Amino acid sequence: MNKTTRLTTLDEQSIEYIAIGAAVLGTGGGGDPHVGKLMAMEAIREHGPVRIAQLEELDDEGLIVPVSMIGAPTVMLEKIPSAEQLTKPLDLMERELGRKVDAVMPIEVGGGNSLVPVLAAAQRGIPLVDADAMGRAFPESQMVTFHLEGIPCSPVAMADERGNSALMHTIDGVWEERMARALTVEMGGSASICDYPVSGAQAKQSAIGGTLTLAYEIGRTLFEAKQQKLNPVHELLTKLNGYALFHGKAVDIRRRMDGGFTRGEAVFEGTGENKGETMRLFFQNEFLLATVGDQPLAITPDLITLLDQDTGMPVTTENLKYGARVTVAGLRCDEKWRTPKGIETAGPRYFGYDFDYVPIETLASKGGAAR
Amino acid sequence: MTGITAANANQMYRIGIDVGGTNTDAALLDSDLRCVHKVKVHTTADVNEGIVEAVRLLLQESGVNGSDIRYAMLGTTHCTNAIVERKHLGRVGLIRIGAPATTAVPPLAGWDESLRAAIGPHSYIATGGYEYDGRRIASLDEEEIAELCRRMSGEVDAVAVCGVFAPVNREQEQRVGEIVRDVLGADMPVTYSSEIGSIGLLERENASVLNAALLQVIAGVVRGFEKALNGFGIDAQLYICQNDGTLMKSEYALRYPILTIACGPTNSIRGAAHLSGLSDALVVDIGGTTTDIGVLVQGFPRQSSAAVDIGGIRTNFRMPDILSIGLGGGTIVRLDDAGGVTVGPDSVGYELTTRARIFGGDTLTTTDVAVKLGRAAWPGTNADAVDGAVCGKVDAVIQQSLEDAIDRMKTSAEPVDVILVGGGSLLVPETLAGASRIIRPDHYDAANAIGAALGLVSGESERIYSLDDWSYDDVIRDAKESAVNEATAAGANSETVEIVSVEDIPIAYLPGNALLVKVKAAGKL
Repeated sequence: MNKTTRLTTLDEQSIEYIAIGAAVLGTGGGGDPHVGKLMAMEAIREHGPVRIAQLEELDDEGLIVPVSMIGAPTVMLEKIPSAEQLTKPLDLMERELGRKVDAVMPIEVGGGNSLVPVLAAAQRGIPLVDADAMGRAFPESQMVTFHLEGIPCSPVAMADERGNSALMHTIDGVWEERMARALTVEMGGSASICDYPVSGAQAKQSAIGGTLTLAYEIGRTLFEAKQQKLNPVHELLTKLNGYALFHGKAVDIRRRMDGGFTRGEAVFEGTGENKGETMRLFFQNEFLLATVGDQPLAITPDLITLLDQDTGMPVTTENLKYGARVTVAGLRCDEKWRTPKGIETAGPRYFGYDFDYVPIETLASKGGAAR
Repeated sequence: MTGITAANANQMYRIGIDVGGTNTDAALLDSDLRCVHKVKVHTTADVNEGIVEAVRLLLQESGVNGSDIRYAMLGTTHCTNAIVERKHLGRVGLIRIGAPATTAVPPLAGWDESLRAAIGPHSYIATGGYEYDGRRIASLDEEEIAELCRRMSGEVDAVAVCGVFAPVNREQEQRVGEIVRDVLGADMPVTYSSEIGSIGLLERENASVLNAALLQVIAGVVRGFEKALNGFGIDAQLYICQNDGTLMKSEYALRYPILTIACGPTNSIRGAAHLSGLSDALVVDIGGTTTDIGVLVQGFPRQSSAAVDIGGIRTNFRMPDILSIGLGGGTIVRLDDAGGVTVGPDSVGYELTTRARIFGGDTLTTTDVAVKLGRAAWPGTNADAVDGAVCGKVDAVIQQSLEDAIDRMKTSAEPVDVILVGGGSLLVPETLAGASRIIRPDHYDAANAIGAALGLVSGESERIYSLDDWSYDDVIRDAKESAVNEATAAGANSETVEIVSVEDIPIAYLPGNALLVKVKAAGKL
């Protein structure tokens, strides 16, 4: 991504692109970015374009706060947040820390949360940082790079649309996940949340930079490939140095509820060069493991995303239907996830899959995904 | 086409009419659903004229008595056109019951100016709404609703009401409807979002506003249809076609015009299934201007999984998954200096019989090529007016574009059966790559009208259940029962009602193992 010109401001077109890219990086989960997109566009129409700050530009002493929504994506499609709800946790945070917030950032670039902080940035007239703490989407709130590097999640501020708000100090990210999740249920299945307030220096050290630009580039590549009638899947994977793990057709999809998550697996019959092979894809909101026979093709925390073979558009776990023709694409996760703590936090065993994590490029070099 | 010579006195007939952009097709079916006669007339500026003319010709040529017609089904493009052209739309007052939630995205977000202008300025967010489990987020402020209605007074033709989680609990929407009628009059039409769409507030709200804006359009359609039939002594039960291949009674259509959007391609697919006897195939419907390709799955059109835009507005309707390409019987063929050919995408449309070469015109069309190649005989035309040298090239272009389109709609690399329907299907060669068989059923050019006449009557149920309170089997049983009741309420014969689809989607991040269940049932008249 270093060769790419980073974003400097957000306008309506860039919001469109980011929404598409965020769905690709959502790896099947993370919620539909559509509502976040409309909120962001409305905020920009009302308050003017939002300035994007790169990590390098941040003052080491500055206060950077992630803004996101926590809860069920399906609820958020229906109970759209209130305009006040997204800045309320920032107010609480400022009161608790006794200082102004200098910039906001997305906690996860994958899915619906990618564009949630835009409204807060526009209303406050502060920059949005081109970074996040996942580089993808994950289902639990401790699955962030800040947690990996020992940055406290507290104070944690939450708000609902009625005007209820809560400030919590939890001993770690795992407890935040438990307590915030319980509050979210009482708040009606979705709430706004600010956690992991960080200094500029901490953000530079521990956030993943350039991820909004990455989402933008993904959206733009897919859009332009369509315009120029190029193969969008091929264009995208070339651009991202990604792996086409498998070309196939969904023949069986099994979802079940387990502890509030959608868990399950999908089976794909190979098409084209994969004809005759069968791939299994395991998910817990996000796609986490792809296997052919006993052999893994890609393992969480590396990214596994489904792209429609014709349009290159991402397919989510909820929208995946029998007969869908897709390319299963794999992308390298950020190096921070490949540490022992990263693998302990979001690796295959955390999600209950009996595999050791092996980086996608290693699997590919063994022939598993070298296509 | 030779009509039958004498109508069987015991026969009870049905008429299917499909109003398209270029032509209005009508078909007469007997009790055994055999096509007895069919006609095709031009769709004119006054759409009802075409309907009257089609019925007149149908009765006259078939010799069937108007009084022997028991059912009349109409599929029409009126509503789609009204939205696309922004014409004849009513002014709509929208009350979203959502505050304090939902204020981050105002109503009509993403609508273009021309459509906003047609709807008018009266869109509001009022206090209220429910949680996913039916708990109240906020109570209605009845005085606030009454005040909003007074603001709209005299400036709206209909009101749309859309509440947060109204599909789970419709009580507040119903109460707002009562207040609307108290203030704006008992005859003010009200569209309730809970009757229009599923979970997804903004998409359902958009669809509800469009539905309310179309109420006058559909009223004109139904009145015109009744009048046309009455004029011929036909006292039939009237049905209007929906986009999922099922029918609704005309009284019901008066309230839910949005459900007619895109019924045309659906009718062709259903008609093709009936005429060919196949239940799984690709259906290629070639009209005068475009080719629509759809997928027949177990007798019904495959639905699109993506959010559907209607006239640029995002809705959460389930629509047939259709691929349209600019190829039809009137498509214009152009030659360049280098000897290359381009085909379309523009068409001479209904002027084919004056502008095409074989009719003495000066425009080379795809039909000219098909006749020259001997694919179709068209009495009284002059194929010598067509230069045979280019026909091979044009044919190759047509074949390639059809094969590409078929490949895009297939769900596997395996060859599939292709059913060809529509007046333009004479363009197609004997074989196509990717097609195991090419089936050209009898009455292929009236598949849309026949499909309209065939429709089943359906009912749907959609609800979130908690698997902590119910067993999975009980949930599915309850949802099925509810869908069957809806179908019988809509006029289906209860003995014939079958479950068409069951879809359950676990809702992530909710306690109590919440499950969204959608069931559709349909039965014969």
